[in-house]
Amino acid sequence: MTELTEQVVREDVRHWLAANWDPERSLVEWRNQLADTGWGMPHWPQAWLGRGLPVALLPAIEAEFEAIGAVGVARIGIRLLAAATLLEHGSDGHKARFLRRILTGEDTWCQLFSEPGSGSDLAGATTRADFDGVRWVVNGQKLWTTSAHHSQWGLLLARTDWDLPKHAGMSYFIIDMTQPGIEVQPLRQMNGYASFNQVFFSDAAVPPENLVGKVGDGWKIAMTTLAHERRGADALRRWGRVSDRQGHIYDEERQEIETVMEPYRWYAQRAGRVDLVLPRAHETGRLADPTVRQEISRLLMLSRCAEWLAHRARHAKELGRPEGPEGSLGKLAASNVARAAANVHRRVSGASAMLAGTDGPHDGLIAEILLSVPATSIAGGTDEIQRNIIAERVLDMPKEPRLDTGPFRDVPRNPPRAR
Amino acid sequence: MRFAFTDEQEQFRTSVRRFLRDRSPMTEVRRLMTTPKGYDPTVWQQLGQELGLAGLQVPVQFGGQGFGFGELGIALEEMGRALLCAPFFASAVFATEALLNGATESEQHALLPQIASGERIATLAWAEHDGRWETSSITLSATETRDGFVLNGTKNFVIDGHIADCIIVAGRIINSFGDDGVALFVVDAPCSGLERRLLETIDTTRKQAELTFNQVPARRLGHAGSGAAALRRTADHAAVALSCEMVGGARVLLENAVEYAGLRMQFGRPVGSFQAIKHKCADLLLDVELANAAACCAAAAIAEADPEVPALAALAKACASEAYLRAATEAIQIHGGIGFTWDQDTHLWFKRAQSSAVMLGDASYHREKYLQYVEAAV
Repeated sequence: MTELTEQVVREDVRHWLAANWDPERSLVEWRNQLADTGWGMPHWPQAWLGRGLPVALLPAIEAEFEAIGAVGVARIGIRLLAAATLLEHGSDGHKARFLRRILTGEDTWCQLFSEPGSGSDLAGATTRADFDGVRWVVNGQKLWTTSAHHSQWGLLLARTDWDLPKHAGMSYFIIDMTQPGIEVQPLRQMNGYASFNQVFFSDAAVPPENLVGKVGDGWKIAMTTLAHERRGADALRRWGRVSDRQGHIYDEERQEIETVMEPYRWYAQRAGRVDLVLPRAHETGRLADPTVRQEISRLLMLSRCAEWLAHRARHAKELGRPEGPEGSLGKLAASNVARAAANVHRRVSGASAMLAGTDGPHDGLIAEILLSVPATSIAGGTDEIQRNIIAERVLDMPKEPRLDTGPFRDVPRNPPRAR
Repeated sequence: MRFAFTDEQEQFRTSVRRFLRDRSPMTEVRRLMTTPKGYDPTVWQQLGQELGLAGLQVPVQFGGQGFGFGELGIALEEMGRALLCAPFFASAVFATEALLNGATESEQHALLPQIASGERIATLAWAEHDGRWETSSITLSATETRDGFVLNGTKNFVIDGHIADCIIVAGRIINSFGDDGVALFVVDAPCSGLERRLLETIDTTRKQAELTFNQVPARRLGHAGSGAAALRRTADHAAVALSCEMVGGARVLLENAVEYAGLRMQFGRPVGSFQAIKHKCADLLLDVELANAAACCAAAAIAEADPEVPALAALAKACASEAYLRAATEAIQIHGGIGFTWDQDTHLWFKRAQSSAVMLGDASYHREKYLQYVEAAV
């Protein structure tokens, strides 16, 4: 038996790429071949489009792809969360039916978890799925759904039992997003973009075979999806990079990336654009003001320390330590950085901080920072939720008494939101 | 940069922590802080000779242990936790770094071994009445004589200056201007013409003295013209060391506050179950972790002789100053009324935090310094 050293794997993939890679092929055809050979997702099981290789070898394989400019399987968006969830909890039927078209990029997926009435308290979802003897019938509303308007499939968390406690009464479904019972509307944000959707279900149908796991497993399975969401966040930027190489397949890939990355155009501004602070202060002459200097320096220090903290968390992960609630510290730090950066940008810009669009500094970029930063401390778990996680799971402080442990039917909740 | 400690470093931390738990419990801290001397000579001797802590970062050829600044940082974190009452910072950090950075090799051979073993206690007298650790603030004058120099002037905020038997003095060659005239001198104490007055301080766990020099004979250290640069390096290293100590103090304050909040019952539940308290603690943990990252990276930078040391030292000191103060302020708040009493220990760290926040320059001072380094780098 050959030992699977990095060197051996590198040579394998290099030979295979040399024999098969051609930038003039069609994207779907190429990705089908990646799925067939397992080189697209080498760490997936051999039975399911992978090669069963250890995760530790992935960087070496990716490096070989990058060296020759070979395009990989489709990765951006929700698709890999869907794939990871199905690999872990899906039936063989689900895997056979869905995994391949996830990797080829032919199917786009969306995640239907958050609702108008349940944001931080995801387990308080009230979108319902009732079995009518033939199929599950879905009614309710989801919110903050990226890509819902061009998705084929959705990962749906819905309530199937109202007499059980909240976490126990939920189930997890794969729902066809192209059916008439689903209406998708863009949701406009305070910064003017509409990057997300609201999704309305009116007697939408799910066939019984599209239940994932068992009835009542919904919460557990949703946690799998969310764990992968946190891990995938780092990779978003890397995979979203557009190649400037020549060839038919790159044109197709560019088109795909543009579509999927469109909702994330303002994300850099959401983080506060610390990189722009010093150049802006030079431009506006505010670097001479000692109080502004103090604020800038405080921000740069905070941002640098936060990078170290993130680096340390990554380092611990590389050493094989499980990713723990420490991630919440990093998220809270990022919120603090973004807010501090917005405050400094406003001070540095002076009166022109009132202006937006082409009248505003840097064609509205500064305005976009000021109007996007508030999302940082809310999206992906509010600062308050992060503080609870830090206090209860890192510092081991006592939990808040709960009022929502009985049958969900009796738990006080929000009235439905008017359309 | 260092992002994780090695197993050896963790073992080292454990042994220092055990020693301090046994030999410097809070009862001892409370006893020693009321004595004029301020330390226990037996514990100091054990710390120097059994543990070799007094010469941790000193090269072996000068009688030290030859470890890096990383190990020194670990020892200081533990001392900051324990609020150790001993002339460690003055002797093993401030004076030792002045000698490592500013003395010639033969002077180091002559002076360092006894300091590294703890036999002699040294300190660095730098700041004067304006309370600035800058070379431009040095006015104490040095006049050359037939067999050395005589010093005239006053030094303030001299850490453990009342007990040190080897005083490194930052002086100015008489009638000189600018950095070129700044030099380091060594004075053996006690000696005629040197008057030492123990200062009344907020933080009684670390003593400070005012030293008045009246025709005090002294020897010059280092090569002519090298004093200012040596002092600046010393200040950077001392700021990083102090940051490590402060992070240790901030962390133990948070641990104690969290423990108390879990026990203290009000309104039928532990106060630690209220989000008002939990969120405060979560924010404090973030502050401590950020300051810790800064201090560790700065210490690693010194160990690796990274050119960014001056900038990172400013960053570490600013972050540690604010994190420690905030932890101390909130720790008292979380303890409530009991936290304002003399018998509860929190105020002892609070006083160390107040004092350390301004020693070697406060957070605002270091923020300005950091920005200047960043501007120079772009």
